[in-house]
Amino acid sequence: MAAPASAYKDRQFLAVIGDEDSVTGLLLAGIGHVTQPPDSQKNFLVVDSKTDNAAIEEAFNRFTTERKDIGILLINQHIAERIRHRVDTYTAAFPALLEIPSKDHPYDPEKDSVLRRVRRLFGE
Amino acid sequence: MSGAGNREAVFPTRQSLGLMKSKLKGAQTGHDLLKRKSEALTNISSYAITEITRRIDEAKRKMGRVMQIAAFSLAEVTYAVGGDIGYQVQESAKSARFRVRTKQENVSGVFLPAFESYTTDGNNDFGLTGLGKGGQQVQRCRETYARAVETLVELASLQTAFVILDEVIKVVNRRDINSELDELDREEFFRLKKVQNKKQRDTAAQDAEMRLKREAAEKAEAARGATSSDKENESGTGDILGESEDADVIF
Repeated sequence: MAAPASAYKDRQFLAVIGDEDSVTGLLLAGIGHVTQPPDSQKNFLVVDSKTDNAAIEEAFNRFTTERKDIGILLINQHIAERIRHRVDTYTAAFPALLEIPSKDHPYDPEKDSVLRRVRRLFGE
Repeated sequence: MSGAGNREAVFPTRQSLGLMKSKLKGAQTGHDLLKRKSEALTNISSYAITEITRRIDEAKRKMGRVMQIAAFSLAEVTYAVGGDIGYQVQESAKSARFRVRTKQENVSGVFLPAFESYTTDGNNDFGLTGLGKGGQQVQRCRETYARAVETLVELASLQTAFVILDEVIKVVNRRDINSELDELDREEFFRLKKVQNKKQRDTAAQDAEMRLKREAAEKAEAARGATSSDKENESGTGDILGESEDADVIF
């Protein structure tokens, strides 16, 4: 049942899709990373009210499926809400997807995709 | 008795009786152990799931608190620096100082992944942030967020473990269903075989009966044919005209 080592060995970064404050804070913690110049990919995306859902979804796909060096993807819950269908259908173990609260939007366990899965498992 | 076919050949002596007894005991112990192992595995996985979900719940609540504190400390920075540092921070982020290592732990035969955070020394992307003023607050904010991220990493480990266990349980259930289906298949096959056997037997019986009838008819015909052939012709024309049938209908 072990996942092959290649599935997780190189996953050493965290990625974040969040509002400006969340991203700033997390970058201050030191998770920010930009890959080598030719493509210079950032591992974070700042979302505000002007960012459209397609851009969020594209970043989500990039962090979850395209890049193989991301171990954990953090996403603000209110942003996850905007691409809920995509978040709910994401079931892979790597990278781990984590919905985090933001300053203006406190955490709501009812919306969390993983906690909902937990409840479904227990048949509640 | 089905045992008669595969009974073990034993020479009836006292010594071999002792030998057989110890063999039987060994087999029973082995069977017991296997049974206990399978039960333990199912118990452990359900236990692990409850334990993990409890810890996920706890960690998520903790995350809420920690992130709130972190957001507050960032507000302090904004106030101390006297402006938004977001843009500056985003531009100066180059290489991750805070990274994770992924490893797998074997928990009773199931490999659960775990993230472990570590910081790389030597690079400091934000050396200039808050250099003018608010340096202390920036420093404090960084520490707060680093702690917050550690909580998040912990939570991610738990969550991934849950996702994987969930999959394992699904696979196990599926395996049960598969074996059940196989059993049904075998039953159906046996039934079909039985039906086929019976059909074969029936057709064989019918064949034999028909053969007997035909033979009898042939004998009778041969006997009749020997006596008169013109009678047969008459009955043939009678059939064609259908007179006999009409008679049947009337009576």
